[in-house]
Amino acid sequence: MAVENRRLGAAMFSPAIAYIVLLIGAPFALAVMYAFSDARIGSPGFHFVGIENFRSILQSPSFQAALRNSVVFTVCAQIIVIVCSTILSIALEKPFRGRRFVRFLILLPWVAPISLGAIGWKWILDSIYSVITWVLVWAHVFKPYSAPMWLGEPHLAMASVILVHCWRLIPFSTVIMLAGLTAIPKDIPEAAAIDGAGFWRTLFQINIPMMAPIISVAVLFGTIFTFTDMTVVYILTAGGPFDSTQTLPSLAFAMGIQGSDLAAGAATSLFLVPVLILIAYFMLRAAHRAEVA
Amino acid sequence: MAGRDQQRLWARALHFTVLAVFVVLLAFPFYWMLVATFKQNIDLYNVENNPFIFNLRPTLDHLKLLFFETGYVRWLANTALVGVLVVFITLILALPAAYALARLTGRWGQRIGIAIFLTYLVPPTLLFIPLSRVVALLGLQDTIWSLVLVYPSFTVPFSIWLLMGFFKSIPRELEDAAMVDGLTHFEAFYKLVVPISVSGILTVVIFTFTLVTQEFVYALTFISPESQQMVGVGIPIFLVRGDVYFWGSLMAACLITSLPIALLYNTFLDRFIAGFTVGAIK
Amino acid sequence: MAVVEARNLTKVFKQGELGAVNNVNLETREGEFLVLLGPSGSGKTTLLRMIAGLETPTSGEIRIGGDVVNQLTPRERGIAMVFQSYALYPHLSVYNNIAFPLKAQKVPKDQHKKKVEWAAGLLGIEKLLQRKPRELSGGERQRVALARAIVREPRVFLLDEPLSNLDAKLRASAREELEEFHDRIKTTTIYVTHDQVEAMALGDRVVVLHQGVVRQIGTPREVYDEPADTFVATFLGSPPMNLLEAEEMIVGFRPERFLPAGLIAPWAPLGEIAKTLQPENLLPVDLQSSGNRVPLRFRVQHSEFLGAERILYGILEGTRFRDKPVCARVSSSVLENYTADTTYDFAVPEHELQFFDAKTGKRIPPRPVSWQ
Repeated sequence: MAVENRRLGAAMFSPAIAYIVLLIGAPFALAVMYAFSDARIGSPGFHFVGIENFRSILQSPSFQAALRNSVVFTVCAQIIVIVCSTILSIALEKPFRGRRFVRFLILLPWVAPISLGAIGWKWILDSIYSVITWVLVWAHVFKPYSAPMWLGEPHLAMASVILVHCWRLIPFSTVIMLAGLTAIPKDIPEAAAIDGAGFWRTLFQINIPMMAPIISVAVLFGTIFTFTDMTVVYILTAGGPFDSTQTLPSLAFAMGIQGSDLAAGAATSLFLVPVLILIAYFMLRAAHRAEVA
Repeated sequence: MAGRDQQRLWARALHFTVLAVFVVLLAFPFYWMLVATFKQNIDLYNVENNPFIFNLRPTLDHLKLLFFETGYVRWLANTALVGVLVVFITLILALPAAYALARLTGRWGQRIGIAIFLTYLVPPTLLFIPLSRVVALLGLQDTIWSLVLVYPSFTVPFSIWLLMGFFKSIPRELEDAAMVDGLTHFEAFYKLVVPISVSGILTVVIFTFTLVTQEFVYALTFISPESQQMVGVGIPIFLVRGDVYFWGSLMAACLITSLPIALLYNTFLDRFIAGFTVGAIK
Repeated sequence: MAVVEARNLTKVFKQGELGAVNNVNLETREGEFLVLLGPSGSGKTTLLRMIAGLETPTSGEIRIGGDVVNQLTPRERGIAMVFQSYALYPHLSVYNNIAFPLKAQKVPKDQHKKKVEWAAGLLGIEKLLQRKPRELSGGERQRVALARAIVREPRVFLLDEPLSNLDAKLRASAREELEEFHDRIKTTTIYVTHDQVEAMALGDRVVVLHQGVVRQIGTPREVYDEPADTFVATFLGSPPMNLLEAEEMIVGFRPERFLPAGLIAPWAPLGEIAKTLQPENLLPVDLQSSGNRVPLRFRVQHSEFLGAERILYGILEGTRFRDKPVCARVSSSVLENYTADTTYDFAVPEHELQFFDAKTGKRIPPRPVSWQ
């Protein structure tokens, strides 16, 4: 029985494995190859150039900006998202009337396709017609026509990109944290109450530590979504103004597809790999720890 | 006692405020989209007017433009077609794989399962450059078939994970009983286990479909002509003429496309969360 | 250490429906081990949680040490509680679990170590202080839960079915440990359980609850030998008391008092006794009752051999209660092999008969029964 099982099992999952190997493994190898070559779209030649590509992009200021931005955007977004979603998940924990509807509303940023949310924000942050500008003018914070250009001024543009990422991720993180919160057995906070802990002590010394594994899941996924995303940047600012919002993926796209320089694009996108490996490591460790428990 | 009641009142007020702030911050863009959809252009492009209300009578002009003078309907059709095909392919690949990993291969199964999950960490923004060449080589450039080929690469791993968790919760005795009754293991799988798992399969279908509609990078990279494009790329890229954005129709398109997905997602949310968390925590 | 009082305590969860707890009155004695006993849904846990402050009563008063505590939060009541699941903080070591109440009550840090070690010593878990809860066995976890409860030196101890998560063998030794623990600390303890054996073994007094109402409060012997109504009579004792319904009353007798006739006659010649059991296994003398016995013909239908005794299930023959199902508990020292579908001469000592009102189920004084 065991031998037949093993053969049947292998037969059943090999199509999926083969597919994944072909469509993920092979392209990944190709990306590596391109990074070490001089491939261009439209040109038939293909020569290995060693680490020449890496050398040149590392010196390029666009790349340096993109690398810095990728890290900055991701870290800032995660911090804001974790704090906000912790607060929000606690607010959503106890049932109340209309909770389902509130949850639906809160989820909208995450479920709407990324590009559509981004284009919505582009209009909301438009230099002339921005809703935010209108509200601020109405509140007499700015004089009419003197409000800042949200997407036109480098620092504000960076903040806007981070804002849109947070806007997208808070719902996702909140829902995951809510799952972690409701997984805490009811008697533990009761025991804490009897032991004399008030609301804040229970929150910081009992609930949040117990949610640590799930908070790390939210952070890990959030990091991946922010770090490897090019859609928000592409639609909102296309990397501008002056590369101030360029990130590794969006730069890879700009160089590789728009600029037809496959090699440079591939080399740029390969810089995503170290961070991804790090994340994979942490996830494996978390999974292993969960199994031991 | 007054002290305790007062405390409770403050707590409730705080609770309400927190919720209100977040709901407003997260959902107002959609309210804004709703209003913009029906606002006349004169109203819309007037900085003086209050953007949150209708200063002039609402209009259906933007909707008419969207549906009759742009490729929107075409894009919806393309997306739907790709969605259906990708769901189909995903189920064919993921169902047996998930079952095999859940049931048949013990410790190896676990390792392969984790490896599959790790592939989910290889993002489209890393693979899109080489894949664009592969697609061109296969002659699928500028057609929806490029997407039909490539999309399962991210829908299959996640679906395998979702289904694995689901299959693991079905007691083994069910198939054992069936095999004692004379079925082969594979027959037990598709005649017994699959029908029982309808809700898990439905979840995979919904999420695969939503993943398809959300995708941007591959669609942008592989397909250039407007008529072949997906709705997620068509709306932000093609609803412009020159430098002019048709904001009214744009907002309409965003809203109309997002709402059904939101409704679907909402119904199956809990399963989705289980898919993300079942690995890292038990 | 304090006295806990409940006065007219009621808890209604859903308007219009019967309350989970209905007008309960009880008062513990200082240092006593009081057991709240009842089937699930009897309100015992709700009652305990109201005393703890985890549920607010719909009406009525709770007093601890003479002070009304209805408005006080759990931490202000000076109580400690052990939950059914023990509710140990999984991310903290045993030491930090026990120290947590001290931190929460802002006990000065230099006293923590001493108190934790004292509590751990009381329960014999000094060696486990650095472990995490998931590394402990069920019995060890119970001890940690108790240590965490005792470290604050509360005036009342509340325990919610702490033994029900342990497997049967462990339960007996854990129960013994609990008894020793209570003897040592002598704090007023209220203990909730649905297991009547536990209740009788541990309790100084037992409060029998049914559907949120107190049926009887008494010592184990009182609730067992003088049950206040048919519910208490059948809830305590396993197998439950045999009840025979007549029109105006219900007659009851315990299975262990329903014995082969030969064992219940003071005047039974030694020879007759000797026929039914081996001389070296003579039954205690009080079985030879000094009063009358009621002879009942017992047709055995099936029997269970449980090692130390046999349980016989069957029906009565003859008398007005013929065909009524009854059961008997006979010591295995009795040599007879009770075979199915055979009728035997059994009897009940007359003074062991219990009487209940047919309508209310409440206990009534003995009265003559016509057996024909």
